[in-house]
Amino acid sequence: MAYPYVSDVEVRVISKYFGDPAHRRIDTYVERGGYKALEKALTLEPDGVTDEIKASGLRGRGGAGFPTGIKWSFMPKEPTRPHYLLCNADESEPGTFKDRELMRWDPHQLIEGCLIGAYAIRAQHVYIYCRGEFFEVNQILARAVEDAYMKGYAGEDILGTGTTIDITIHQGAGAYICGEETGLMSSLEGDRGEPRVKPPFPAAVGVFGMPSTINNVETLAAVPHIVLNGGEWYRQWGTEKSPGTKLFCVSGHVRKPGNYELPLGFPLIDLIENVCGGIRDGNQLKAVIPGGSSVPLINAEDARKCELDYEGCVEVGTMLGCASVIVMDHKADIVKQIRRMVDFYAHESCGQCTPCREGSAWTARILRRIEEGQGTEEDLDTLMGMTEQMVGTTICVLSDSVAAPVQSSINKFRGDYLELIRRGEQAGVA
Amino acid sequence: MAELVTLTIDGQEVSVPRGTTILEAAKKIGKQVPHYCYHPGMSSPAMCRLCLVEVEGAPKSMPSCVTTVMEDQIVHTESKQAVGNREGVLEFYLVNHPLDCPICDMSGECDLQDYVHAEGRAHGRSEEPKRVFGRDDFGGDVLFYGDRCVMCTRCVRFMNEVEQDQRLTVVERGNRSVIDTFFEEGLEGTHWHGNIVDICPVGALVSKEFLYKARAWDLEHTPSICPSCSQGCNIELHTRDNLIQRMKPRENLEVNGWWMCDYGRHNHEWMNRGIQLEDPLVRTLDGATGPVKWRDALDQLLQHVGVIGEGRVKAVATPFASNEDLGALAELVGALGGGDMVYRSVRSEEEIVLKGFPTLARRKDLAPNTSGAELIGFTRVGDDEATGGLEDIATHDGIVIIMGDELSDQAEDFGREAGLFVYLGDRQSPAASNAHFVFPLTTFAEQEGSFTNIARRVQRFSPALEPPGMARPGWLILGALAAELNNGDAPRTAAEAFSGLASQIEAFAGLTYQDIGIRGAVLNETFVLSEC
Repeated sequence: MAYPYVSDVEVRVISKYFGDPAHRRIDTYVERGGYKALEKALTLEPDGVTDEIKASGLRGRGGAGFPTGIKWSFMPKEPTRPHYLLCNADESEPGTFKDRELMRWDPHQLIEGCLIGAYAIRAQHVYIYCRGEFFEVNQILARAVEDAYMKGYAGEDILGTGTTIDITIHQGAGAYICGEETGLMSSLEGDRGEPRVKPPFPAAVGVFGMPSTINNVETLAAVPHIVLNGGEWYRQWGTEKSPGTKLFCVSGHVRKPGNYELPLGFPLIDLIENVCGGIRDGNQLKAVIPGGSSVPLINAEDARKCELDYEGCVEVGTMLGCASVIVMDHKADIVKQIRRMVDFYAHESCGQCTPCREGSAWTARILRRIEEGQGTEEDLDTLMGMTEQMVGTTICVLSDSVAAPVQSSINKFRGDYLELIRRGEQAGVA
Repeated sequence: MAELVTLTIDGQEVSVPRGTTILEAAKKIGKQVPHYCYHPGMSSPAMCRLCLVEVEGAPKSMPSCVTTVMEDQIVHTESKQAVGNREGVLEFYLVNHPLDCPICDMSGECDLQDYVHAEGRAHGRSEEPKRVFGRDDFGGDVLFYGDRCVMCTRCVRFMNEVEQDQRLTVVERGNRSVIDTFFEEGLEGTHWHGNIVDICPVGALVSKEFLYKARAWDLEHTPSICPSCSQGCNIELHTRDNLIQRMKPRENLEVNGWWMCDYGRHNHEWMNRGIQLEDPLVRTLDGATGPVKWRDALDQLLQHVGVIGEGRVKAVATPFASNEDLGALAELVGALGGGDMVYRSVRSEEEIVLKGFPTLARRKDLAPNTSGAELIGFTRVGDDEATGGLEDIATHDGIVIIMGDELSDQAEDFGREAGLFVYLGDRQSPAASNAHFVFPLTTFAEQEGSFTNIARRVQRFSPALEPPGMARPGWLILGALAAELNNGDAPRTAAEAFSGLASQIEAFAGLTYQDIGIRGAVLNETFVLSEC
């Protein structure tokens, strides 16, 4: 058995070399066909590369699922100012651990993707904004970037084509909000990591006030494969609207948690029951958060119907997000889980927008009170009412991320809340 | 002229230049969209989320402070969505706000108080304990009450963008965010930090000087002009019990924007000083001076003039006097046969420019009406300390008239030789002990009048305080004397005094009080910032 767990149904495109330390070395990477896609891309026009990505239907893997090719095409065609490509490697969503693995095992795949992306958007500088806590990853990446420079894949006059693209790795300082694209830019500029109002959008005014494009690690990791094999090739997996493969970070009460690369549209229940070996100890499935802690959670019934692509998740009232599947069995304490998540968001709110700054901390306090048996049924109405005010009223979506788990858990698991409240009331009477 | 965009706000059509924000467009039709973080003089982070309005077709509410207008846009500021949003945001504000209004300096002029009264929930739903930050001394005149802060960051942005001396920042994040200073000295040594107290929408930043002095609703506001330098910042005098309690800037984009310097802001104690001249004093034959009635004093003065004859007048005025006072003095000097007219004023070594609003500076010249004095025909004498330069006058044996200059540097025998020595001022001066007549004048805070600032802008001020005793404005006294001598009509109001000035002095010709209004009027086309 290789890299923690593997499954036969996996389609390993970007995770092919997970578990193989040799692949980190540039020689091995090149031997196995690495940097061929870069060579090919440099023979095309930048727009040709973008067209290929458009044809593949690749969608942003960071959570929003915006079509990558279209995002690239927003960049000015004739640069009058420097362009920047930003790679969002500040992976901090609770439940997500795919980017870390992509960078740990296959750093050159990401670097190649960054170089191709930069070429396509006519940028001469790539910033990889890497989560500060990823010490090992940072070291591996730094080594890989150095090697790429040494071998002439990065820096000035790449492969003798006259193209110049520099890569800088920037280590974050431990703020979830710096994974938000404009927050990341503020942080990169040396300011507090605070999201900015859009418009202007990054393609017009991004980092350092220049046109910028920001992509997730997984998105950029898929780019070399698409460029090398063509957009149509990528469409052999997934659905019409969500083509390709996706890494699913499964955690929680399954027998074999881990990263699994599967075609989009894969049934959620199949992932849990078969790929991950089912629920631990033969327990019953209770709830699933399919896309990281900021998407609504679903109950077992919806989980059985859910297909893991961008549209399929919306059909059951949740979102694919970054495909971090958190599985909970019937022994899970939903209220505690939600309270922990909200605590996290309250701690990570940047503090700019009032609904988020005050609302997230307030929500956390009410939830803790309920968890400690001091809650009332009115608290649930208050929670629903106030989280309503936190949706769509702020600069970024962190506030919405607080509301999603709270609202969905009260809607789907009101009984769990009421039980805690009654237990508390009875204890009070006694 | 920029291209106009027409949109509909709350059913009312309005046309504004392209690039205008919805909030500013709404102002045009008298709609004030509630807001905290937005301030017209600074950048807008759109983070208070109070100014969200409903824009038809937009997927969610838009921050009106940064969303620019679009053709045919339909905006609702009073719709269910917009009002509901404000209600929600205001509730969030109160989750941690201490509601210590009874002991808060801002109470009565607080935006949080006003907005919650207008649109907040009748009963807050939060029962949780509030977070506590306590109080911090920010240095200078500023005290910080962290618990009251609504995190609008106006103060941080003022220091960064307008004063451009980064002294404040936000530390921590989430609801632990708090405004703080970088180093021990805090705001100490900055020259404009008083403004952050003004722009703080709540009682988080308060003035140490004003702390617990007065409730906002007990203060009367009088439009005035700052007398502390030749910039002529538009201000309001806030008074209670016939005392100036504080000075606040009054918006005027042509002069001071929304700001004023700390030097000017705190230089008001002298306006409240108790010991002022209250009666006209006349020296009798035995050398003693005693109080008399105005009519008698003026009659005796005119008799005196009749005895010693006209001519050879030497007049000293202060550039703290209004255009009207200076004009009346000039007219009187003319009526007495002419003579020398001089003024003395204090100059500081350098200008203190507000970097983010560079047309505003604490000027070198620390008097409000030097330009007026020059235009009316007074010449500057003495040094930068406003001392010296009066050697001729001290021993002059003709008529000596001193208006406002306290002669603090002069010897006791000043004016002993004078045939007629008239001293007009708001307080007694030892060097004026030889004066035959001592007339009590009102200060600028006690009278109506106008100053001409460094850019030759004439600006009016109004009386905020009751004059002490029999003190009267200079133009009234001097104007009456000149009228007697010229057989003319004495001015009865400051407006008439100004008209008299306008008919005499070319530079003021044609200008009336109506023209000046509350915003002021520039004297001639050449808008030159002179060195005076």
